[in-house]
Amino acid sequence: MNKIYILLPIFISLFSNLSFASSPKSSLISDYKYSNGINNTASLQRGAKYFVNYCMGCHSLKYMRFSALAKDIEVEEKLFFKNLVFTNKKIGETMEISMKPSDAELWFGAVPPDLSLIARSKGGDWVYSYLNTFYEDDDRPTGFNNLVYPNTAMPNILVSLQGSQKLVLDSYNNPVSFEKVSDGIYSEIKYQKMTNDITNFLTYVSEPAKLKRHSMGFWVLIFIFIFTIIAYYTKKEFWKDIK
Amino acid sequence: MSEKTEPSGVIGWIDSRLPILSFIRDHLTNYYAPKNFNFWYFFGSLAFLILFLQIFTGIFLTMHYKPDAKLAFDSVEFIMRDVNLGWLIRYMHSTGASAFFIVVYLHMFRALMYGSFKKPRELIWLFGVFIYLALMAEAFMGYLLPWGQMSYWGAQVIINLFSTVPFVGPDLAVWIRGDFAISDPTLTRFYALHIVAVPMVILLLVFLHLAALHTVGSNNPDGVEIKKNKDSEGNPLDGIPFHPYYTVKDFVGIGVFLFLFALTVFYIPEMGGYFLENANFIPANPLVTPEHIAPVWYFTPFYSILRAIPDPAYGALAMALSIIVLFFLPWIDSNPIKSIRYRSLLFKINLFVFVISFLVLGWLGVKSVTPLYSELALRFSQMYFLFFTLLYFYSQSRDSLYSYAFSFTLISLLSIYDILRISADNYINLLVGLVLVGSFVLLMSLLPLFTNFNKEKEVPERLTE
Amino acid sequence: MSKDNPDNSRRKFLSGSLTLVGGTGAAATLWPFLSSMAPSAKAKASGASVEVDISNLEEGQKIDLIWRKKPVWIVKRTKSMLDSIDTNEGKYKDPMSENIEQQPEFAKNKFRSLKPEILVLEGVCTHLGCNPAYKPDRNNGELGKDWQGGFFCACHGSKFDLAGKVESGSPAGANLKVPPYRFVDENTIIVGELPTNDEKSKG
Repeated sequence: MNKIYILLPIFISLFSNLSFASSPKSSLISDYKYSNGINNTASLQRGAKYFVNYCMGCHSLKYMRFSALAKDIEVEEKLFFKNLVFTNKKIGETMEISMKPSDAELWFGAVPPDLSLIARSKGGDWVYSYLNTFYEDDDRPTGFNNLVYPNTAMPNILVSLQGSQKLVLDSYNNPVSFEKVSDGIYSEIKYQKMTNDITNFLTYVSEPAKLKRHSMGFWVLIFIFIFTIIAYYTKKEFWKDIK
Repeated sequence: MSEKTEPSGVIGWIDSRLPILSFIRDHLTNYYAPKNFNFWYFFGSLAFLILFLQIFTGIFLTMHYKPDAKLAFDSVEFIMRDVNLGWLIRYMHSTGASAFFIVVYLHMFRALMYGSFKKPRELIWLFGVFIYLALMAEAFMGYLLPWGQMSYWGAQVIINLFSTVPFVGPDLAVWIRGDFAISDPTLTRFYALHIVAVPMVILLLVFLHLAALHTVGSNNPDGVEIKKNKDSEGNPLDGIPFHPYYTVKDFVGIGVFLFLFALTVFYIPEMGGYFLENANFIPANPLVTPEHIAPVWYFTPFYSILRAIPDPAYGALAMALSIIVLFFLPWIDSNPIKSIRYRSLLFKINLFVFVISFLVLGWLGVKSVTPLYSELALRFSQMYFLFFTLLYFYSQSRDSLYSYAFSFTLISLLSIYDILRISADNYINLLVGLVLVGSFVLLMSLLPLFTNFNKEKEVPERLTE
Repeated sequence: MSKDNPDNSRRKFLSGSLTLVGGTGAAATLWPFLSSMAPSAKAKASGASVEVDISNLEEGQKIDLIWRKKPVWIVKRTKSMLDSIDTNEGKYKDPMSENIEQQPEFAKNKFRSLKPEILVLEGVCTHLGCNPAYKPDRNNGELGKDWQGGFFCACHGSKFDLAGKVESGSPAGANLKVPPYRFVDENTIIVGELPTNDEKSKG
């Protein structure tokens, strides 16, 4: 009988691996798409505020400068300091945190990663899914597991807002949906909007230049287009010689 | 151009001591190029433009980049965020690398189509292949510098190829790395080679490539030597001065290219993960291999050939051969007809199939290995090499004995390889693959005996347009 | 190739505009490269203001700090040091601090400072950028009997008094620079920020 218990997880993992390509697991994850809008300044402002309040206790943004952020999300310096900077940092400094990596290792078993580039290496949808797919799992020390990042060391810190949820599996042990166990402070829609703002903010942080390059590129393209047109007619004019 | 008036004044003073003006005159206004260059002839000048762009952007990146394993990743993000418009310079450089290969591949395909590697242009081709090799080295070493996960593990895989060299392999790999794993010494030496040594080699080779070109003159889509028909002044009848005619024409090409280039730089610099890979935004970590390592797209055809053979040493050998074979192209294809326009139907099919094989190999190189994909990679690797074999076969007309012997030998070789690796669960795949490749060989080598598919057209005396 | 009837004016116009547009483009392309060499956001961040506590600064003592990667001195001048400062026309090149480049408006006074006893100076010689030494003692042997105390640049021998004014006959052409600074309170100075209006009137 014991042997069966040992074999069971192996079978499960085999099946879940096999079904990965076409699986309901991935389709449940792919339900979570964040709506991209780094040009939505209000969303970025909210995202920044959520991040500073809920995430920045543990996660740094070591490449992001307060000054660049204040400018890009269009918040005046005084207001910015009042709402978004809780330490005695200066405007030119980067968004680093004071938690020591060694302490973090002790408390969480892993150092919370810097999130400057998370939305670039994993993608915005991944971040959004991660924030939405925590579910109850008694085998985990934190009491929660995550669908897109299995066995994550991070505690489900937003559980009071989202409410707790359970993962529903089908007969092949594939995840099909989530079931609410307890309600959170936020409604489902409000929570999704909030996590969307955080994702949006992290997407912006992963490449602040994106805001600039889109607007700049337009003029460069127009210029090159004009150059090409003139070159084309000049070529045509000169090539009248060639018979 | 008989009116060779000597320049006077300061310019004349300089020119009589250092013939810059005469040099420009000889290589632009007095350099006669065939008048029928088409679309495919833009890529030489574009490659030159990109070379300049890479060197220029590279110099400015060097000002901000730090070749130190502890600082490299941060310094790239520093360029992306803190340096004024540093992101633009970096994207120009990263996009430029991919653009360089796109342009060079099209340039090489042009040479294949119009026989630009044939007598008397063998040296131009050889220098060209050397440029291509140097470019691969340059790109490979440059890719380590951001010190992301893909940089690290891509270099790990490629450097380990050298450890398959008989006898000295493992020592050689350690020597290349300067350590027992990729680490700071590897980064600093790659940096030195990437920013100084290889660029100088490339510049020298480009100079030789162009010097050889201007000695024998350009080929053209008809593959007719324009120097055979000259006017009373000794200028080719079918030639036109490079300047102004091809300079203005090249500006149009440059305009179109720059438009696409800017579109990429400003809107899709990652090109869906092909130009800049997502995993490379995670700092290099020697303890964690990314789930899926793919080389940058321009290496993937060769990477597929490497993976197609389930033995590291033979795989590396096959990959090396797939590049080395390019050097011998002028002697493999000694058919006097240069242009595809006058070559046979079978030649065209052969070239077409080669392009498809190259693209499929490239596509397979970014995919994870599955049994089906690795079988496909093997078959298309065979097709890659078959192209050169058939090219040799078509280089002159063959009698029936030769044709039968040729196809029999090839099919036997293919079958022997399959017999060696046959097993209970793969024999159907093997059989299907062997029948497909085998019948391709049969058709391509025996059809000339029974049809006129291998009939070549007569090459005209003068250019046709 | 024939040159029967090339439309020369059209040809000239087209190639002229091609050159113009192409040249403009090439020049504009230089912009990102040139601007990348200007101070980065990181360099600018380290150029932000510096706060310093001077409660432990004793009379006659000098402390050094770094602002914008440059040394900045703060000296608490004694009564006798202040007395030694004069605005003698012949003795100094710019006795009245009229060169507006060398100090903020608020320091255009006899002592070149907000509060007479507190001197804030950039420790960079206005000749070629060396770091002058603080020589507060009068009648200093090596600097001669007339030395009233001040700063001496060993590189090329420029002499400055205790307000940073350059002596006539020195290679340096201008007084030592006073950086923008302000007092937050009695004992706290922020270097890199100008005083607000009411602070100025207090000073």
